[in-house]
Amino acid sequence: MKNSKCIEELKKEFDAYTDMYLPEGLGREEQLKMYSTMWVMRKFEEAVKPLWMANKVHGYYHPYITEEAIGTGIISQLKKEDYIGSTHRGHGHLIAKGGDINKMMAELFGKEEGYNHGRGGSMHITDMSVGMLGASGIVGAAVAPAVGSALKSWIKGTDDVTVVFFGDGGANAGSVSESMNMAAAWKLPVIFVCENNQWAIATDYTRITGEPDLYKRGIGFGIPSYRCDGFNIYQIWETAKAAIERARAGEGPTFIECKTMRMLGHHATDDSWYRDMSVCDKYWEIEPIKRMGEFMIEENIATQEELDAIEQEAIKKVEASIEYADTQCHEPSLDSFYDYIYTDGEVIK
Amino acid sequence: MSIITLRESITQALREEMSLDENVFIMGCDVGLRGNPFGITKGLMKEFGEKRVIDTPISEAAFTGLGVGAAIAGMRPLVEILYADWITLPMDNIVNTAAKTSYMFGGQANVPIVIRAPFGVGGGVAAQHSQNNENWFVHVPGLKVITPSTPYDMKGMLKSAIRDNGPVICFEHKRNYSIKGEVPDGEYLVPIGKANIRKAGTDCTIVAYSYMTYVAEEAAKELEKEGISCEVIDLRSLLPLDYDTVMESVKKTSRVVVVTEAPLRGSIAGEIVGEIIDRGFDLLDAPPQRVGSKNSPVAYNEGLEAMCTPKKEDIIAAVRKTFE
Ligand SMILES: Cc1ncc(C[n+]2csc(CCOP(=O)(O)OP(=O)(O)O)c2C)c(N)n1
Repeated sequence: MKNSKCIEELKKEFDAYTDMYLPEGLGREEQLKMYSTMWVMRKFEEAVKPLWMANKVHGYYHPYITEEAIGTGIISQLKKEDYIGSTHRGHGHLIAKGGDINKMMAELFGKEEGYNHGRGGSMHITDMSVGMLGASGIVGAAVAPAVGSALKSWIKGTDDVTVVFFGDGGANAGSVSESMNMAAAWKLPVIFVCENNQWAIATDYTRITGEPDLYKRGIGFGIPSYRCDGFNIYQIWETAKAAIERARAGEGPTFIECKTMRMLGHHATDDSWYRDMSVCDKYWEIEPIKRMGEFMIEENIATQEELDAIEQEAIKKVEASIEYADTQCHEPSLDSFYDYIYTDGEVIK
Repeated sequence: MSIITLRESITQALREEMSLDENVFIMGCDVGLRGNPFGITKGLMKEFGEKRVIDTPISEAAFTGLGVGAAIAGMRPLVEILYADWITLPMDNIVNTAAKTSYMFGGQANVPIVIRAPFGVGGGVAAQHSQNNENWFVHVPGLKVITPSTPYDMKGMLKSAIRDNGPVICFEHKRNYSIKGEVPDGEYLVPIGKANIRKAGTDCTIVAYSYMTYVAEEAAKELEKEGISCEVIDLRSLLPLDYDTVMESVKKTSRVVVVTEAPLRGSIAGEIVGEIIDRGFDLLDAPPQRVGSKNSPVAYNEGLEAMCTPKKEDIIAAVRKTFE
């Protein structure tokens, strides 16, 4: 493997980093699809920063860049009826669940045609039609409601599953623990995914947690708990597959910590002055898209030409979404000011 | 005297009080190493050490609760809620513990905590980062709520809050942080519960607080040109609220407009009007007017966001209405 030296070095520093391997039951088509999903996520977010600088997009925008393997490896195995709970870093989750990037871009532009009709923006991106329960700007706040959708599946006796994402920072919110307890007690079909990118804005997670292995928190509640290398989409896929099967079978929740690294600033203008970014140099060598591509070529799963074509297609899709948001969409009408505050068109001024 | 920003005036107040009293300490998300997102606590961790400027997990409910307990045990915590919107998380410990402890325990315990909360609309950051929720706390006996808007007032009143033996919530409008003003070099205090007349006038009283005092001043300037002289009162403190100053002014002008940036329904503007009527209905020559935000969450879209909050023109229209 090209990146094996890096991996060996990282493994010495921390035992979460793993080698790539092809899990049983993962076919070529599914791999190519995941690879493509990751590129759409990456290109979408790479495009947003210049738009933000140009004042086309405003507010807070938090990139999911280099965390793509987590959302992709897990969500791509869900069916449409399954739910996901998301975070302030939710663009990638929505893309993996089958969201429409035109509508997402339109929302970032604050346009009426956007997912949230210009009301929500990046932090609140949501598509209920694909089972996305809504991204919250309150760290940790989306977890309990997501366990609520698992509660619905349990009450109704369906085999729908909920996957809820939160960061290492979000993991410390009280209601996350409280809802994990109920999920375990009632064997709810929910998968807790801690995207441990090791930073909560400027706080290194080891400064504010007593136990650096966050997955162990699940164990305390009686929840089967695992740790994955957040850059290894194959391991994530395999771990999630077992968790989803268990949830569908009524065997209860799973906790998966995906250990990754935040390689960029917290949001568009954060230059990360508070941390040593050279730490990331090694990680860029094993960032998940590059790593999956290299693996597929080495294992003769795909050719370089195929992979390049997938990347090019992602660029085109994203360009089209910008074109759509910028030229074909509209500012919300001021007459619609009171829309959506109450349901069924009710206006209470 | 030096001219500093309101942001710097807060830093000065924190630094001075921490130097004076070793029981004062700061706690919150990213207040230490990063010095808070607005740069307010920058450098304080280096200066005072990691036990006096504490970086917490994103555990608002718990760390505010810890602050309440530390206060009961004799410390003087300064807890920061990074955006006032998230004060919902520690609501229980603020309302049921901090506000009630002294009373329930017959005065055996105090809770000398200050909770600082940046609030208000601006910047297109949508509904969970834009709220004016000061009104919720004005309803809770046992709390004090302050909203200073000039660097001078902010420094002096925050220092008073830190020395207060009970819980005080300090709401800081995010748009006020870069406003500059004169601040004396030496020690001074601004008492909690005293309003300030920002501009004297004879025809109509405009009662406002925080960012809206600046908008009210602009409105008053414009009205001056048409020959309407407005008195602009900056309440500075919402609980206690200085009705003496308000009524003195109403006596003089016999007209009043109350301005808040919060959604108008259920806001303190109505409460103030009610109190004015109770205290001096006969002084009024016209029905009191209220100006506030539309009763809506705040949108991400900047056009809708701007539509939400009161403008200079809204205040001018309300003043004119008192002359109809
Ligand atoms: C309740 C609450 N407290 C603080 C914040 C400010 N904040 C926004 S993102 C963030 C860090 C979140 O860290 P983590 O959960 O690890 O997710 P990451 O951003 O690293 O993906 C913080 C502190 C918030 N949005 N909500």
